Amino acid sequence: MSLVRDALTILAVCAGAFFFLAGTVGLLRFPDALSRLHALTKADNLGLGLIVLGLLLQTEGAFPALRLISVWLLGLLAGATVTQLIARAVHPGGLHD
Amino acid sequence: MANFLLAAAGFVMATVALALVRILRRPAAAERIMAAQLLGTGGIAALLLLAEATGVPAAVDVALVLALLAAFVSVAFVKSADRPEADAK
Amino acid sequence: MVFDAGLAVLVLGVAAWTIVARDTFAAVVGFIAYGLLLALVWVRLAAPDVALTEAAIGSGLTGVLLLGASTRVRRTKNLTAGKEPAAALRLAAIGLCVMVSAAIAVLVLLLPEPAPTLAAPVAANLAATGLGNPVTAVLMAYRAIDTLLEVVVLLLALLGVWSLAPDRLWGGVPGLHYRADPDGILTFDAQLLVPIGILVGIHIFWVGSVAPGGEFQGATILAAMWILTTLSGLVDTPSVSRRWLRLLLIAGPAVFVAIGLAGFAMAGAFLAYPIEHAKLLILIIEVPVTLSIAAMLALLVAGPPERSLHR
Repeated sequence: MSLVRDALTILAVCAGAFFFLAGTVGLLRFPDALSRLHALTKADNLGLGLIVLGLLLQTEGAFPALRLISVWLLGLLAGATVTQLIARAVHPGGLHD
Repeated sequence: MANFLLAAAGFVMATVALALVRILRRPAAAERIMAAQLLGTGGIAALLLLAEATGVPAAVDVALVLALLAAFVSVAFVKSADRPEADAK
Repeated sequence: MVFDAGLAVLVLGVAAWTIVARDTFAAVVGFIAYGLLLALVWVRLAAPDVALTEAAIGSGLTGVLLLGASTRVRRTKNLTAGKEPAAALRLAAIGLCVMVSAAIAVLVLLLPEPAPTLAAPVAANLAATGLGNPVTAVLMAYRAIDTLLEVVVLLLALLGVWSLAPDRLWGGVPGLHYRADPDGILTFDAQLLVPIGILVGIHIFWVGSVAPGGEFQGATILAAMWILTTLSGLVDTPSVSRRWLRLLLIAGPAVFVAIGLAGFAMAGAFLAYPIEHAKLLILIIEVPVTLSIAAMLALLVAGPPERSLHR
């Protein structure tokens, strides 16, 4: 049982790290700011989410598990609101340097 | 398991560092705000992995605070970069 | 360990980039990244309290403070154009920094093994303070006077910032006026994030008695949430002459000093706590101090008054 749990954790964390890499590659290679922003949110949602999923399998107790989930939700919320803000500011004539 | 999680944390930080290096060469303000946001998310992921890997459960609290402050800093950046340069003195 | 080596290289790289950045905005981003990496370093050194403080105050709040400063400096850029410091002065500054760093490095490397520490007496007497977190015990019981002085120094710094206002604006409102856009995204963000943030801030403050956390970190989160509401235009920064604001600012230090003086009567020395009431007294000090520090930090970021009280 613990072997299965460990294997699932490794799988989830690797997948999460992969999405971080994918998000970063997208950030570097996409042509314009809005699509880069899109890539950024992939790292936020999926990358962080999968890593939290993997770590959930390793934690004992309800309260630590809830804490992990709330960190992910807060990261999602904060990321979503900020990317919306950046997206509106990036419109032509938005941000001044 | 602990070593694997530590390696994963290192991988996430390395990825974020790579992105940072490339982004920070661009002079646009939006790129820098995105860099800060990416750093925040990567930091959260690394902290969560470190909490489990090195047995410092309080690192999850640090990640929680980081999520809030990353949002706060990004909003402050956007607001400050948005101000017109010709300010009344 | 490879992770630690990589982290160290990253820290040094970001620090170097922050110093050589041409644009102050870029330097501020670098500074914030540097603070975040330092928080990771502290976690690696098993010091989560310091990591919390670094992430909250060192990186987040100070970063936004520097951002405000860099915006103000940008307005006066043409005044200082062409007056760069001479090369000799810069070399002298570099030399001084290198010497100080080298001295610190030598001192750290020459520490005897194991390094002298007071951790054992701190842990032995923890039960008497009624707290479970040794860091909070050091801050609020063993070295409470240092914490009191820190709070007073913050207040003095705020007074210093306020004194930068021109005479006609004294007593006015700090910061620009941000118009609230009722359908805007920022309003939505603030209304969603701020209540959660306040909860997290109170949680971090409260949990500080038994786990990493405490007043400074909780106060920073509360201050950040207040600034978020002003940035979104939902609430305007109060003018610095409002009585409730000034009472809020001095409430923390005043209660701290009062309990300190009562320590003479209760246990024979300034800031001494009688053992059976120690935890209660610490709590009575901590709550107003947290609120005061939150107000101080938020007002420090808001800056000197920029709008007159009378329109």
